[in-house]
Parts: sequence; structure tokens; C-alpha cells
Amino acid sequence: MNLPHATTGPRRRGRSSTQEPPFVKWILIAIAGLFAAVFLLAPLINVFAQAFSGGAAGCWKTLTDKDTVSAIKLTLLVAAISVPLNVLFGVAAAWAIAKFDFRGKAVLLTFIDLPFSVSPVVAGLMMVLLCGANGLLGPWLLAHGLEIIFAAPGMVLATMFVTFPFVARELIPIMEDQGREQEEAALTLGASGWQTFWHVSLPSVKWGLFYGVILCNARAMGEYGAVFLLSSRIPGKTDTLPLLVMQLLQSMNPAAPFAVAALLALLALVTLGIKTYLEWKSRGEQAPV
Amino acid sequence: MRREQPISTKSNPLPGFGITLGFTVLYLSVLVLIPIAVLSLKALSLSWPDLWHLATNARALAAYRLSLGASFLAALLNAAFGSLLAWVLVRYRFPGRRLLDGLVDFPFALPTAVAGLTLANLFSGNGWLGRVLVTMGIQGAYSRLGVVLALTFVGLPFSVRTLQPLLENLDKAVEEAAAILGAGRLRTFWSVIAPALLPAVLTGFGLAFARGLGEYGSVVFISGNLSNTEIAPSLVVAHFENGDYAGAIGVALVLMVFSFVLLFTLNWLQGWSSKFQRP
Repeated sequence: MNLPHATTGPRRRGRSSTQEPPFVKWILIAIAGLFAAVFLLAPLINVFAQAFSGGAAGCWKTLTDKDTVSAIKLTLLVAAISVPLNVLFGVAAAWAIAKFDFRGKAVLLTFIDLPFSVSPVVAGLMMVLLCGANGLLGPWLLAHGLEIIFAAPGMVLATMFVTFPFVARELIPIMEDQGREQEEAALTLGASGWQTFWHVSLPSVKWGLFYGVILCNARAMGEYGAVFLLSSRIPGKTDTLPLLVMQLLQSMNPAAPFAVAALLALLALVTLGIKTYLEWKSRGEQAPV
Repeated sequence: MRREQPISTKSNPLPGFGITLGFTVLYLSVLVLIPIAVLSLKALSLSWPDLWHLATNARALAAYRLSLGASFLAALLNAAFGSLLAWVLVRYRFPGRRLLDGLVDFPFALPTAVAGLTLANLFSGNGWLGRVLVTMGIQGAYSRLGVVLALTFVGLPFSVRTLQPLLENLDKAVEEAAAILGAGRLRTFWSVIAPALLPAVLTGFGLAFARGLGEYGSVVFISGNLSNTEIAPSLVVAHFENGDYAGAIGVALVLMVFSFVLLFTLNWLQGWSSKFQRP
């Protein structure tokens, strides 16, 4: 019987007992690499290749078209309203859930997770049923001249539903890990509740908070299904960038939807870049512990 | 790790519990509870036979079948290749590893409409990859396969990112012990490593499955709006577009039930897998 590797002192053939033979390792890397190439790299490169297939000038013409500019503005507006509100919710929910113990916490957490499993389309439909002409609030909204459905406010509402868990979900585990000792110390030393939160709790979760915010923002700017139902889909009026991609698909120029798509892909790449930077940053701070 | 000490409200000197919990509950009520209640009320205002017919007619059943089937296949693909990807990223060092690691989150950050657009183009008859499939007699985009491909893309980060931290924290001493006791590498993998990873793989599978079931944005671009590629969310939209709100509500209600069942299953799974993560 062969002696097991671990007991033979110097490593045999340069590998330890907990490593695969090199050929197995490289075969596994090749299969994983191929899978990633087909499902991650090819779609990414394809967006930009198709966008520039009509030349950079054509790409620029699509991006500076008045419908595109209006879609960019609406996308930014939707994100500018929904993201800060979701951050406020995320911080409040994380504070209550991570720092206190109360009955019904598990139920609350389940409801926070709900948007991860509810179809955005169903979310959009619910908002229409709530605020539409025949909906619960519809008659009241109509009487007060408030246009929610098939207009920007409805799109904001639907986006908020889809993206509200991101900040909360990012903060809760971090805050739970940190416990309450630091805050209790600060309070004992005479800090006010607000000071404690601002100078003790918030700085220790800042990277997680940033990460939650950029993730929330990426989803808010890229949401399609929920927003689709609440938009009147009038180009130049209630189109966000993802909706414009669909509109342009029906246009004569095959490169046009890809030009807008490339802009959104760029947003995704920037999001990934910031995320990688944040991970690197937070790891550097945790290292001495 | 969560602190083991009990946290009780009575001896807790931290301020702001009432206002933060109040705001949280208010926010959830406006965005989640009231809309769900309205959907349920609207559904209940229909007669039972009507609702039953709306939710379970042949077209709806075909849509559920495709939604469930395609999400299942996509989650299965991700459980296999996503787990392999996680393993390769954690265990091996090779050129391009960090780039690959960063790319895993790409489907998470990319708007689904863009994903659908580029995948449809990529796997269409004259796309880079579709061209290869055509020579094998397979139609990539605008088919049921296209739906599976889109859902695989969308669910990919879930399986990788669920498994990765577990793999990083896996105690190598156990593997060494297995090796010392004479187990080969393959035997060690199947009897020592795989059982420890199973709960996380299942959780990743469940998350990818749940994501696939609700997905609309990417699928609508690659399914080509054919009658045999209609998933349940597309059917909701189709009814909605025709002004058939009752039809949309019937299908949406079934999707909502799916979501709740999945959510509770996932919560249970995560509780189960966290038992394996104790050091």
C-alpha cells in the first residue's frame, strides 16, 4: 500500500495531499473558463461590438437623440428619488433589526426579502391596481389631479419596490456582527443617541452601506419589468433607458438599441469597478484585526 | 458570526428603536403589504370558478410549466457550472482569476433588458455563438432554449456567491485528515467536501430558481414573443396589455403563491446551511 502523501515529509511531485493533480486542476479551470466566456464575457463584448457596428458616429447620434436624452433624464430622476428613500429605509430597518430584539423580527425579515422572489411584473401590476383609475386610491388621486399610473411617480414606486431590500440586506449582517458594545460605550461616555449613530455606528458600516447603495442604484437604473407596466411608453416622455432599448429594437437601425444598451453596460461596469474597490478597501481595514 | 448573548429590549440603552421600527413597518406597509392586499382583494372580488379558470386555463398552465421548467434547468446549470466556477476561483491560482471573479457579478449589475438584448443577438442564427449552434441544428435565440439561456445568465451570480464564502472558510484540516487516513482526492471530495457544500449549493439553486421564476426583462428579448416561449410573467404582461386585468390578476396571484413558498423554503434552507458554517 502506498504511504499517504501527508506522512512522507517533503511534498511529492510538488503538491500536497489536499490538492488535485495538475491536469485535473487545468481541466476544471478550462471548463469553468469556457462557461464564463460563453455566459459572461461574450455577452459583455457583444454589447459594445454591436453598438459600434454602425460606426462610432452612429452610436453618438443615437445617444444624443432627444428621446435618448429624455430617457437618460428620467432614469436619473427615478434613481435620484428611489435610491435615497431606500437608503433611509435600509438604515432604519438595519438599526431596528440588528440592534434590538423584538417579536416578529423573522416576519419582518421575510417581508424585506420579498422583492427578491416576487416578479417585478407582479410588483408593477400591484402598483397599477393600487393607484390606477379603478384601484383603491385611484378615485381619490384622480379627484386631486395626481397622475401616478403611466407617469413618473408610478415608475418611481415600482422601482422602489424592486430595489428597497438591497441596502437593508447589506447592512443587517454587518450591524449584527458588530453587536452593541461600542454604541453602549459611547452612550456611557455621554454621547447623545444621534452622535452615537453618526460617529460610532455609521463609520463602522460605511463600506457595506456604499456597496448597498451602488447595487441599489444599478438595479434602480436598470429595472425593466416593473417599470414597463407603469410607463405609458411614449418616447421622449415616459421612457427610461431600459424601456428605450425595447423601443429602439423596432427602429430601422439595428445598432441603435445596442448604443443605449452599451451606455447601460457601462453603468454596470462602473458599478462592478466601485464594488471591487470597496471590497479591497474594506478588506484592507479589517486586516490588522 | 452572530453574537450569542441575548439582546433584550429592557436593558438595551440604545435609542431610536420606536422611530426606526415604525418607519420600517410604515415603508413596508406602503410598498409591500397594501399592494399585496389590494391584489388579493381584487382576486377575491372575482367569483371562485372565474378565478380558477383565469389561473389555470391551458395557456396559463403552459406558461407555468415553461417558467418552472426553464428556471429549474437554468438553476441546475448554475448549480453545476456555478459551483465549479466557485471552486476554481477559491482553490486555484491562474492568470485572469481576479478578472473572472469580478465578472461573476456582471449579471447582477447589468440591466436585464441589456442582458436579453445581447444574449438574443449572441445566440441568434447569425450571432457569434448562435452560428455554432445552427451547424448542430440547434436554435439558440427565439426558442425555449433561449429562455433557459437568459435565466442561466441572470441566476449565475447566486450559485457562485453563495458557495464562495463557504469554500473559503472550509477547514483544510479535515481534508488532510481524510488524506492521511488513506482516502484519494476524489474520495475525499465526495465523502468530506461535497456533503459540507451541499446546503450552500441547494441555497444557491433555490435563489437562482426564484430569480428565474420572476424574471421578465431578459426573457422578453430572447423569447421572441412566440406562443410556445411564453413564461408566466410574460402572460401577466400580455393580459395587462389587452386590458384584461382579471386575467393578469389570476396569473399574478399564482406567481405570488410561488414566491411565498420559495421564500419560506429558502429561509429554511439557509437556516439549515448555517448549521454547517459553525467553526
